[in-house]
Amino acid sequence: MARRLPRKDVVIVGLGWTGSILANELTDAGLEVAAIERGPWRAAATDYPPNWAQDELRYRIRHELFLQPAQTTFTFRNKMSQTGLPIRNWGAFMPPNGVGGGGVHWNAETWRFLPTDFVLRTHLTQRYGARFLPADMTIQDWGVTYAELEPHYDRFEYLCGTCGQAGNLQGQILEGGNPFEGPRSRAYPNPPQPQPFSHTLFAQAARTLGYRPFPQPSGNLSREYRNPLGVRQGPCSYCGFCEWFGCGNYSKASPQTTILPVLVRKANFVARDRCEVTRINLDPSGRRATGVTFVDTSGQEWEQPADLVLVCAYTIFNVQLLMLSNIGQRYDPVANRGVIGRNFTHQTISDVVSFFDPKKFIFNPFIASGAIGMCIDEFNGDNFDHGPHGFVGGGYMGQVQTNGRPIETTPVPPGTPKWGAKWKQAVKENYLSATKPGTGVHGSMYSYRDVYLDLDPTYKDRFGRPLVRITMDFHDNELKQNRFLTDRFAEIFQAMGARQMDKQYRRAPYDIGDYQTTHLCGGAIMGTDPKTSALNRYLQSWDVPNLFVIGASAFPQNAGYNPTGTVAALAYWSAEAIRTRYLKSPGPLVHA
Amino acid sequence: MLSCARKLLLAMALLAASLSACSRAQGDGHANRQNFDLIQRGRYLVTLGDCTACHADPRRSDSPFGGGRPVATPFGTVVAPNITPDAQTGIGNWTAQQFDEAVRRGRMPNGKRLYPAMPFPYFARMSVADLGAIRAYLNTVKPVHHAVVSDRLPFPFSIRASMIFWDWLYYRPGEWQPHPDRSAAWNRGSYIVSGPGHCGACHTPKTLLGGDEQHRALQGYALEGWFAPDLTGDAQHGLAAWTAEDIVAYLKTGHNRFDAASGPMAEEVKDSSSGMNAQDLAAIATYLKGEESVSQRQAPLPASDPVMVAGAAIYRDVCSGCHKIDGSGVPYLIPDLAGSAAVASREPTTVVQVILHGAASVATREEPTGPQMPSYAWQLNDVQVAAVASYVRNSWGHAAGSVTESAVHSVRESGQGQDSGAR
Amino acid sequence: MSDGIRRRDVLTGAALALVGGAAARAGVIKGELPWRPDTASPPPRVEPGPWQFFTPEELPTIEALADRIIPPDSQTPGGKDAGCVVFLDRQLAGAYGSAEGLYERGPFIQGAEQQGPQSSKTPAQTYRAALQAIDQYCREGRGSGMPRGKHFAELAPEQQDEMLHGLEGGTVDMSGVDAKQFFTTLLKDIQDGFFADPIYGGNRDMCAWKMIGFPGARYDYRDWVSRHNERYPLPPVSIGGRADWTPRQR
Repeated sequence: MARRLPRKDVVIVGLGWTGSILANELTDAGLEVAAIERGPWRAAATDYPPNWAQDELRYRIRHELFLQPAQTTFTFRNKMSQTGLPIRNWGAFMPPNGVGGGGVHWNAETWRFLPTDFVLRTHLTQRYGARFLPADMTIQDWGVTYAELEPHYDRFEYLCGTCGQAGNLQGQILEGGNPFEGPRSRAYPNPPQPQPFSHTLFAQAARTLGYRPFPQPSGNLSREYRNPLGVRQGPCSYCGFCEWFGCGNYSKASPQTTILPVLVRKANFVARDRCEVTRINLDPSGRRATGVTFVDTSGQEWEQPADLVLVCAYTIFNVQLLMLSNIGQRYDPVANRGVIGRNFTHQTISDVVSFFDPKKFIFNPFIASGAIGMCIDEFNGDNFDHGPHGFVGGGYMGQVQTNGRPIETTPVPPGTPKWGAKWKQAVKENYLSATKPGTGVHGSMYSYRDVYLDLDPTYKDRFGRPLVRITMDFHDNELKQNRFLTDRFAEIFQAMGARQMDKQYRRAPYDIGDYQTTHLCGGAIMGTDPKTSALNRYLQSWDVPNLFVIGASAFPQNAGYNPTGTVAALAYWSAEAIRTRYLKSPGPLVHA
Repeated sequence: MLSCARKLLLAMALLAASLSACSRAQGDGHANRQNFDLIQRGRYLVTLGDCTACHADPRRSDSPFGGGRPVATPFGTVVAPNITPDAQTGIGNWTAQQFDEAVRRGRMPNGKRLYPAMPFPYFARMSVADLGAIRAYLNTVKPVHHAVVSDRLPFPFSIRASMIFWDWLYYRPGEWQPHPDRSAAWNRGSYIVSGPGHCGACHTPKTLLGGDEQHRALQGYALEGWFAPDLTGDAQHGLAAWTAEDIVAYLKTGHNRFDAASGPMAEEVKDSSSGMNAQDLAAIATYLKGEESVSQRQAPLPASDPVMVAGAAIYRDVCSGCHKIDGSGVPYLIPDLAGSAAVASREPTTVVQVILHGAASVATREEPTGPQMPSYAWQLNDVQVAAVASYVRNSWGHAAGSVTESAVHSVRESGQGQDSGAR
Repeated sequence: MSDGIRRRDVLTGAALALVGGAAARAGVIKGELPWRPDTASPPPRVEPGPWQFFTPEELPTIEALADRIIPPDSQTPGGKDAGCVVFLDRQLAGAYGSAEGLYERGPFIQGAEQQGPQSSKTPAQTYRAALQAIDQYCREGRGSGMPRGKHFAELAPEQQDEMLHGLEGGTVDMSGVDAKQFFTTLLKDIQDGFFADPIYGGNRDMCAWKMIGFPGARYDYRDWVSRHNERYPLPPVSIGGRADWTPRQR
């Protein structure tokens, strides 16, 4: 029997980046806000202090900071003809858990999407004609433009203290920045981090090939910083334990280091950790959310009534909560009807591992930050003419190596045995003089009719609720894209002077065991038409107007960048719509 | 055991157990209800004097004066009384004279003497006008019916008559008097520090009986597992490197370019000094910067000392990630060990405490970050903690002496006895 | 000590009191950032002592396997002397061995390779079965040209390697144990132990880190990030420290 808590103006499901941003914006507007978080509170001093944060086995291999599949997981299959099987241990991506969400253990690569990414179908159709796109590709325009999001990107970058070099300042192209980026209203709040040796060499080689390399925008700070909320961060110390790890010295932007210290002080905010929301409650009409139900660690069920429900969990969990609460029409790929679960995407990631002469090169790969690196953007989005290549999409590429942690980053040249004396010798010889960018080619994945989410018919979570089933595979367009980009990437390492290279193309079928990124997107997408989107352009549910679903789950397709900057910009964009429009007149902000 | 070290003069505690036996004479609990200025001044003085630190009801967040907070002293536990205007269990029936007797002379309406956990030797310096303002404000707070049994001290400390002797030794009546040769700011600072602010309650060395060693005022004192640092201009241990602005920033925000308030001082900043106005903070700084330096400079431990060598290795391997290789930290975020008064203290208590048990610095409106230091108790054994503590206390211009293994051991065994750092 | 009432508890209690006083175990975060002294969760440190998982019969086999995967050489110990078997012993006796935290609900169906491992067996169960199967395989002399009646540890190094290749390629029939999958797990575990922090029992004296030039659990390279192509000068350090942390006797 659920116990009822006092009514709040707003209940937020999940206290990661988006939940923290929305909570801070709406408490500023005077609303009473409760946030409900499935995982525990986390902080540097107790959960990942600099005395043992740098533990590769504990955090990287045994996944200490991530959701445990025993709590809940997904099933997976490549094709609709297969039976979905549960992901018993994480591989291809790493769902977060706990206060701060993925913002605790991300690399802090803080990108903006290209202006054309937001009007993708319109743009590609205009440039190449509708027949250039594969028939089963279901890409859409977002319903929001880059220009509309720009002020919100800006807010997030100043919140985080993002370090970078502007490439397009109010239309003026600046040397050393990304010349392809959309115009930004002001420069980054902090200068780029200094680059280690291999990253610097990569940029030099890229320049000799005619590219325009620039430092990756980084939420690992190049200097101490006080953000507009008054919260301070310190300078990054290049420990090389960033992604998969928490930052022990307040130098990586996370909700903990940018928002939460201010948010928790507010009298009109409360958070509950270790509480899992099991459903969104609706009134009998099904058109109005009345709050959420959650379960605490003792198994007690609680109801938190609220006037406004904001779903701010990880992509797939946002979609699952809608499905389990019977909100919106579920997607049916055969009939090509329904929206919840539609346009689910990941990314197309590959790498080139290069081996240099140990007598000439000492790269010290262990000196790095999560978002360190020099990149080029010549092959992202529609920054180049796709006409001759027969595919669409692209990605940035760069020497973005984040670590020299020895379990993960002891590469050996192609042809070396995987064990034994030769393996050991090769590890020893190459450790300091090899480059392994990790996610060196960061390519887009566009949406397709047969890549989607639904509820698994067999496997259940500990509450007996069906797991979400992922049906996903790579399509030819992405594989072509990846082959082209990986080859271009390798040419740069060749120009750097690599003796040997291991081109690790992304291949089909999609493998759930092989880590790619955690940038899963879509499933509850935004758009302009309720027939093809779950949310309107403000991330408000078409079906339940007092429900907003914030996150990468709203991306109609994925771009060739890390998504957090855009996720956060959408959160600010949505918060502004709620503050300036919804609160004045609660109801649909867009009439279908 | 909750304990509010700042308020705890070593020995003792508070009001008589028999509050209900207090005088039923005509109370002063209903006067001047409309005197807005007076009440606001009283509210400010209550902040200045940090009355809630002891008198808050620990069971209720909405009862800052309801009493009941147990205060550990080396001699036993005393409990702060209810100072709301409740007629039966609070001070609603007290006359102005009775209030004055209690606050400035340490005597209860029934004639019993207060233990100096209530810092009446400091409050004795307050003016009648300020006292009246405090009472006027307390009269406006919500009466709470909450009977508090105030002390459970063992014999002989349970004999309040013993306080007659203590008072004779350490209590000097008389309001604070201005120094005609000094500035108005210095004088205001002097008044706050030696009167309502009662800084010396923690920062002045104590005798065995818990009285202030007046000739060593504000030179630092260890209590409750922390060391309240030397607030004088002493170059070796005190605030010589701090400007008046540094002192103001520290008191207002809990942070400055050198240091962060943690432990009992975090609580003080949060409940008291962060609420002080700019003039008073500047006055305190003027007064503290006007104090003389006293000690001779010692030589630091030589860098070649094996303890220093080991300490340097530990520092480089585990501390530099936050405090930087040169100890300089990050202003307002991570303390500058070279300029930290806590590091340079005569006794290493705070440094060892923080290394072993960690600490949370205070978060304030101006400096909301509230950075936390992790515990190194798991990673470093007593010898290693002693080495790294000795290293930071003898580097970057410090010469604060070495730290022994046994000193570390006792801090490890005692745990962090403070709630204050634990918020 | 220190179990008095804290303000956060008070707030928590007050909040819960509103709903009837039931104490939910989940926490309420309000007013200030949560913090208590001594509440961190440091890693478990492997202490020397008796074997916790491996039996006396299994030990020679797993030690020999560790030494073939990472053979000793003149400068760096092999898997056995580096402590990889101690590492594996403690891992299998702990959370890893029992698949703690993983999704273990049925049905268990073998799917496509891309759908990930679907075994109902824990790593501990897999090792137990696999080590027995390897020993049996060897004693029965089932490999071509293999002697009969010998334990795996008694085979010549070349014969041991041949067996390993058989496991790696899945050509060895291990009566019910998936040889290929087991070998993948074994290889990963031994190499994890070699490179993980020495507090877990492997990488003894940071031998693997010294071999490659990894400075270990350091947290501050601000002085070296811009020193390109220069070898980093400081020795490795473990989370558990290094010898130089203890003052030398005068």
